[in-house]
Amino acid sequence: MARPAPPTETGPAGPSGPPPPGDTPPGDSAPRPPGRLGLVGWLRWAWRLLTTMRVALILLFLLALAAVPGSFLPQRGVSPSDVAAYYADNPELAALLDTLWLFDVYSAPWFAAIYLLLFTSLVGCVVPRAAKHWRDMRARPPAAPARLDRMPYSASFSTGASPAEVLDRAQEVLRGFRTDRTDGSVAAEKGYLRETGNVVFHIAMLGLLAAVAAGSLFGYRGNILLTEGDGFANTVASYDAYYPGSQVRPGDLQPFSFTLDGFDAAFIDEGPRTGQPVDFTVETSFRTRPEAPEERYTLRVNQPLDVDGARVYLVNHGYAPEFRVTDGNGDVVLDQAVPFIPPQAGAFFGEGVIKVPDARPEQLSFLGAFYPSAEESAEAPGQLGSASPEDANPMVALQPYRGDLGLDSGEPQSVYELPTERLEPLGEQLTLAPGDSVELPDGTGTITFTGYREWAAFQITSDPGRVPALVSAVLITAGLVLTLTVRRRRYWVRAETGPDGRTLVRVGGLTKTENGAAAAEFHDLTTTLRDRLAGGSASRPNGE
Amino acid sequence: MLYALADTAPTTEVNQGLADLSDTLVLVTILLYAVALFAFAAEAAYGRRTRVAAARIPAMAGSAAAGDARVRDTEPDLGGAVDELQVRVRDAEPDTLAARHPIGRVAMVVTVLGLIAQAGQIISRGLAADRWPWGNMFEFVVAITLCAVATFVYVAVRHRAYYLGAFVMVPVVLLLGIAVRWLYTEAAPLVPALHSPWIAIHVSAAIIATGAFVVSGATTVMYLLADRAELRARAGQAVRGVVAKLPAAEILDRLSHRTIVFAFPLWTFAIIAGAIWADEAWGRFWGWDPKEVWSFITWVVYAGYLHARATAGWRGRKAAVISLIGAAALLFNFFGVNYLFSGLHSYAG
Repeated sequence: MARPAPPTETGPAGPSGPPPPGDTPPGDSAPRPPGRLGLVGWLRWAWRLLTTMRVALILLFLLALAAVPGSFLPQRGVSPSDVAAYYADNPELAALLDTLWLFDVYSAPWFAAIYLLLFTSLVGCVVPRAAKHWRDMRARPPAAPARLDRMPYSASFSTGASPAEVLDRAQEVLRGFRTDRTDGSVAAEKGYLRETGNVVFHIAMLGLLAAVAAGSLFGYRGNILLTEGDGFANTVASYDAYYPGSQVRPGDLQPFSFTLDGFDAAFIDEGPRTGQPVDFTVETSFRTRPEAPEERYTLRVNQPLDVDGARVYLVNHGYAPEFRVTDGNGDVVLDQAVPFIPPQAGAFFGEGVIKVPDARPEQLSFLGAFYPSAEESAEAPGQLGSASPEDANPMVALQPYRGDLGLDSGEPQSVYELPTERLEPLGEQLTLAPGDSVELPDGTGTITFTGYREWAAFQITSDPGRVPALVSAVLITAGLVLTLTVRRRRYWVRAETGPDGRTLVRVGGLTKTENGAAAAEFHDLTTTLRDRLAGGSASRPNGE
Repeated sequence: MLYALADTAPTTEVNQGLADLSDTLVLVTILLYAVALFAFAAEAAYGRRTRVAAARIPAMAGSAAAGDARVRDTEPDLGGAVDELQVRVRDAEPDTLAARHPIGRVAMVVTVLGLIAQAGQIISRGLAADRWPWGNMFEFVVAITLCAVATFVYVAVRHRAYYLGAFVMVPVVLLLGIAVRWLYTEAAPLVPALHSPWIAIHVSAAIIATGAFVVSGATTVMYLLADRAELRARAGQAVRGVVAKLPAAEILDRLSHRTIVFAFPLWTFAIIAGAIWADEAWGRFWGWDPKEVWSFITWVVYAGYLHARATAGWRGRKAAVISLIGAAALLFNFFGVNYLFSGLHSYAG
């Protein structure tokens, strides 16, 4: 009996229906360890074990399970500040978790071990399958089995047409099938795209892995904050924070530059959702190269600026009040905009720090808040709050300090933090409207709130893996749809002259997928063939 | 329409009349579904076990029956040129017995009425806020249950699987109740991050897939009950009640598999569309945000289900348990991730 069943599905390569009854996939039973086969034998055994479907399934579930802790514990790759907070709250537990890579689950060696084993298993399955499929696509459809009546679908009828004519007609009817005619029978097969889709899906998974790997090696990401009017040139030194891939050299950065010409935010201004942003518009002008002509681009939340594969995204925004500080000697020692950052996402006000190390006789500093729509705070009477993020009634509240800021000590210090413990508060808290000027106590100086601008924070990302990842993803979906929708089916027609001189036609149909529709299709082929033989190829008799 | 969401300045106006209409319609929907649930339950409990023909095979109607019987073609003679067409079909969809009662037809009609009310709810809400009507948890639940009921109605018509009604309507009514009681949000414009044509693509695909997964989950529960009942019946134990009137476990297994085969590529597409959107909105296509993690877990588990079903020794109950784990991951992704974790998807809550 020539192969009665379509090729057995092997290994983890592919979601597909179960094989016909009695047909056990070889991937099912794990190979036994060899007795005394030495290293090579053991390696062969391990390889065969790894490429069984059972092990692949276990690896799949391990992968799902291993991904879980990353959603419960803060991750460095997602929010380093949450990890720091966790450390502060539970120092001992955090240290223990950290040794297990639980704050870096998705770059942990044990996570990598699981998916690398899984992908190795996948390679071990999909490569032989791809090779086999390649041969199958070039081979003839398998010849008709001896007993067609044992097929899931079988039928027989007799006709006055000669066996040769029956087979001629069968080949006509089987349009769309790959057919092979031998003496006395026609073998036909269709639905090769099922296995093609299966192979494409699994190879595209490998492509996706490679694309992600390429992105993490050759890509980089960085953050900057710009106040309206400020410019940025894409060099490592210009970033506030910079995270390069391991293979990125500073010279590899795309030499573009851009300027934040204007920022505009629109908010809902009434009702319970007051202050919810409706739209952000960022006007920029950029050059792809220092000598290139200047171009303009309007950047929005879902419309990043793309320059040679580096993409600029808006990630945050706020107000930067402008101050002029005159010191005790009457010199203007500060005249600039200072970005005030919202303390948490969705806050309607910003907090900021002004450091004036050049002030004499004493260094000055201010801890403050900017309220775009200032009003008395509902929670803390007597204190300022902001009714909305819109600049309806801008005010700043400032607490001045005097004393050495310690900037010369060499210790690194954030521009957004003030070491208040070593400073002396200078008088009461000040509340200023734009244009207000206040004389500080003891002749230490004057501060003027001259106006304000808006600032925007950007993330710049360059990921050479994104397009290959997208291509892989499209292939994954296409392969999946093919392998889940196309049915592979085989159909045979055999014609013999019977004892009564008439031609006995036997047909058989085989499909692996459990779908009644296949039987309907087979039956349709049979009746079409019968009808064509009955009425010649001209018309279909109605049997009146 | 799609690009209008991204390109025109969004209005902050909400049409109150339409918003009120949508609020009324959601209550009408729940009422109708609850009535349908009771009617389906009554059918499951008090219906008579009746043969349910397998999926129609139009070409074979009248000429061959499923099962292992030899059937003589009844067509009259065809001019003597051909005759005696004999057909044998093995492995076709078997017929099964399931509880049937006239009240089931009422349930089906009420379900379809509920579906219409629910579609009206979604459309009026979208028109009220002048945007794609899925931007928060309440709207997601309404849309997911709509897709679940639509999947059920399709399966009921195409595969004559009306007997899924009671089991599908339980999660649907529960989810809608939770949505109205705890998740209700007024119709309002979206935050800027959601102003993208991808909301129509990514969220729609996720919603349709989730709706179908809900149906497959309900069917899987039925499968496990029916399988247990069959085992007990084979062991000679008495099986009574609703469980005894369930259709054949094999049929339920196939239906559950079919809905997953439909939902899984859509879920894959939803994740990919989400990655493309994330690339545009957040500057990376994958960042292990909690929602991404749980979508990934759900995907891996259902991929495991599809592989398990093709592996001897994992078919049947084991595969069914895997599909239930997938459904649990899906639910956790929807409720747990939005309420337990603060991630980038948290504005959905």
